[in-house]
Parts: sequence; C-alpha cells; structure tokens
Amino acid sequence: MSAHHEKEMWTAKLRKAWQKNLPIEKLLPDTQPAYVASWIYLFGVATLSALGVIIFSGLILAFEGPSWYHLSSPGHFVNSLHFWSVQLFFVFMVIHLWGKFWMAAWRGNRMLTWVTGGIAFVASIGTAFTGYLVQTNFDSQWISYEAKDGFNSVGIGAWFNVTNLGQQLLLHVAFMPLILGVITVIHVLMVRAKGVVPPIDAFNKVLEEKK
Amino acid sequence: MSTRHELESAPWAGRTRRYDILKEGTAALLIITVIVVALSAFFGSPDDKQITFKEWATNAPADFYATSVQELAGTSGSAGYGAPYNTASSGVNVGPFHLAQIIGVKHPVDNVNDFVITPLTTFNNSPDVATALKQWQGADSKTHLAWATAYDSALGKANQDASKVPAGDYGPVPQLATGLLTMAKSGSLDGVLLSQGNYFQNDNTKQTLFLGDGNYFNDQSTAAHLQGDTWGMMNENGRYPGQAWLWLYSFWYQIPPFNNGDSHPFGANADAYIMIIMGILSLSLVCMPLIPGIKALPRKIPVHRLIWRNYYEEENL
Repeated sequence: MSAHHEKEMWTAKLRKAWQKNLPIEKLLPDTQPAYVASWIYLFGVATLSALGVIIFSGLILAFEGPSWYHLSSPGHFVNSLHFWSVQLFFVFMVIHLWGKFWMAAWRGNRMLTWVTGGIAFVASIGTAFTGYLVQTNFDSQWISYEAKDGFNSVGIGAWFNVTNLGQQLLLHVAFMPLILGVITVIHVLMVRAKGVVPPIDAFNKVLEEKK
Repeated sequence: MSTRHELESAPWAGRTRRYDILKEGTAALLIITVIVVALSAFFGSPDDKQITFKEWATNAPADFYATSVQELAGTSGSAGYGAPYNTASSGVNVGPFHLAQIIGVKHPVDNVNDFVITPLTTFNNSPDVATALKQWQGADSKTHLAWATAYDSALGKANQDASKVPAGDYGPVPQLATGLLTMAKSGSLDGVLLSQGNYFQNDNTKQTLFLGDGNYFNDQSTAAHLQGDTWGMMNENGRYPGQAWLWLYSFWYQIPPFNNGDSHPFGANADAYIMIIMGILSLSLVCMPLIPGIKALPRKIPVHRLIWRNYYEEENL
C-alpha cells in the first residue's frame, strides 16, 4: 500500500498516533523517574486493585441475582466483599485525588489526565449510588424514597427513576460500570502516555541557570 | 529557552529507578484482596430486612388505616406531590422554573385506584367491604372526594383512632380502609401493588410512594439515623460505614437556609438548589486546573515538599 493511501486511513492514523504517544515501553515500563518514591503513589494502584475486587464480586452477585445474598451465607459473604471493596475503593481514590491535587498533577500537558480522573470520581459516586439502590433491603427502600426528591426537583427523575428497581439494576450492572471502566482505562493510559508529573520545583535550577 | 511548561511536558530525562509495573499491580491486588476478605469475614455487611405492607399493617394498623384514607382523600404526600407522578402541585422551583412540572408526568400514579380501589378488586373481600366497593364504584368523583375528605378530617381530629370518629356522611370510606388493612395484613397487598395487573414487573415506584406516605416507614428510618437532617444520606444501618463520599451533598441539608423548609426560596426548594450546587461543584472538581486561585494552592501550600521530600534532599533542591 502506498504511503499516500496510508495517510488517509483512519486505522493507520490511529496506529501511528498510538505508537508515537504510547509505545510498549511506556505502557509496560521497567523504570520510573527517581522522584516516584512516596507512599502516596501506592493509592492509584490500590484504587485499581479495589476496583478489580468490586468487579469480581459484582459479577458473582450479578450471576446469582439481586436477592441471592439475603438467602445464603456464601451470598452474604460475597455481598460483604462487594461492600468492603467499595468502601476501600473510595478511601484509596480520595487519598489518590488529594495527593494529585497537592502535586498539581495537571502540569505539563496532563490536564486531561486530571479531567478523566475527576470524571471517574463522579462516575464512581453514581455507580455506588445505584448499587445502594439495588440492595433490595430496607436501606435501598429508604434511599430510593429519599433520593427521588432530589432527582425529581430538577426534572432528572423523569428518566432516572430511583424507585424503579429494574432500571437501577440495569444501570448499575451495565451502563455505569461501562462508563467508569472506559474512563478508568483512558485515565490509566494517559498516565502511561504522559508519564508521572515531575516535582513542582524539579526544574528550578535549570530555569535559573538559563536566565 | 525552555519554559517550565515545556520541561514538565517533556519525557523525564533525569535519574530513574527500577519499576516492575506488573509485579506492583499483582502485589497490590493480592494485598487488597486479603484486606477485603478479612474485613468481610470479621464484619460482614449490613442487610436490614425490607419493610413489607404486611409488616406495616400488622405493626402499625392505625397508621396504615389512616394512610389508606389519605390516599382516598388525596391528602397524602404522594397524592399532592406533582410531577413526575401527578399534576396535584407545581412542585419545587428554581426561580421561575418548576423543572419537574415543565417535563411533566412521566410516571403517572393514581393514588385512589392504584393504591386502594384496584388492589381491593383483586381480593376476596368480606361482604361489607365488597358492598362498600360497589358503592364507591357507583358514585362520581365529586362524591368520592366529599366522603373521603370528611372522613380523613374526622379521623385526624380523633388522632387516627377510628373508634372515636363521630358518625357522619363518610360513604364506604371506613369499610374500604378496613378492607385494605385486612388485605395488607394477609400479605396480598404486597404482590398486587407491585404487579398492578401485570405478570412481569420491576418498577417499585407505587409501592415506595405508598410506603413513604405513612409514618411507620419514616419512624424506622429515624430510629436508624437515616433521616436527611441527621446526615442520613451518608449513614448506614447499624455501625457500618455508609456512603461517606456523599458528605458534601449531605452537608448542605444541615445548614441554613437549606435545613429550614419554611425559608423561601432556598429552604423550601432545598432539593433543587442543593442538586444544582453539587452539579457545579462536581464540574469544578473536573475543571479544577482551570480555576484561578485553586490551581495555585499546591504551590502556595507546600505539601509537595513532603511528598517529594527524598527527591528534594537528594537533588539539594
């Protein structure tokens, strides 16, 4: 195929952009900048790990149905796995977020990395909220009853009906995880492509010498 | 000359250290899994049993009876809610906009028929309830309203004690409420309210609205510290952590003017205003690097000196 034709191809353009911005050495690195040496860096991978446990336990719950965990000890245990992994997920993610804020991690063309992280945080809250609505217990009864007023007050309740178990269950196991999953993958790929943000004062000397 | 931005954007050219991303990921996953398994084994998870209409009618029959009368009279919370359930009121507003009303009735609920009359038609009623049902069905809506409001008012004055309600022109309303109480106690109402004559059904809107119209459901929530004015949005049953990440959302309901439903316009329309505030704050979080002042904080408050302490020492920065 001629170079001319290749230039016009979407597939070829995507491949070249991918190879340029995210070569395999960046995607699966064996070195890190020396400054990546603080406990705060652990909370990104901890968040992803907790998400992994959430997805695994959630898949089991999905296969067994929304009421299974009320009726069996194994079910209640899997529900507990889901519950605690969600709790840890948010703890890790909030610490990760605060850490990145104090690092001003959006510096050096990393704005979209921050934005995707922020969207992932908001999407996580939505995903967790729909999870609380589909517990099929007293808690979900009360949360749906109370939450309807908030969504109805701005008209969203017309389409996002928190008292509709079927709708919320579908959103929780399909739509919301899809959004969160896609955003998370993009976020991680951007971290790999752009690299970990350097320390705020890392280039002070260089800049002073150049003055 | 390179600017700071260009230097921070460029691939790192300084010192590096060994880093096995797969090993780190695997180790993290294993450790987190062990922690989650341990927490689950030791603490379990909350699962308070759902409230049924049978439970409500059995434990608080007077409350259920009075709520049934309110549904017939159109004085219950959901009967006067407005959109998206009915047109009884204009609902909350933001300035001149009643957003739910503009969108309209998307989940129609007919409190009289959906909650009381239709369920009763599916039940094997006692003769006096069956007669009352025929009397109701033979009357017009104006008469329905006159009967029901008269009895609702009288029942309210008698502190929901039906035995102390003076004689009056209440039509078949007392018998209908008694019939629905009997049906609820038998457990039949739970299924009928959900199915509404269908085989497949997964929308609990009508059940939830009816349940919320009574005091029993609210009382259970108050006892569990789940009410909105006690940070209920982020609480959980028992001693378990709840949705702590909703603390900011919950916070607004605790402070003036949002915690005073009589305060206009913000308190009376707190749900809408708080939803809008949280929307703006969520957007602000996503766009934080663009907000003047906020984006400068990390440089002004040197938490980063702690994070990169070792690097700064090694590089003598």
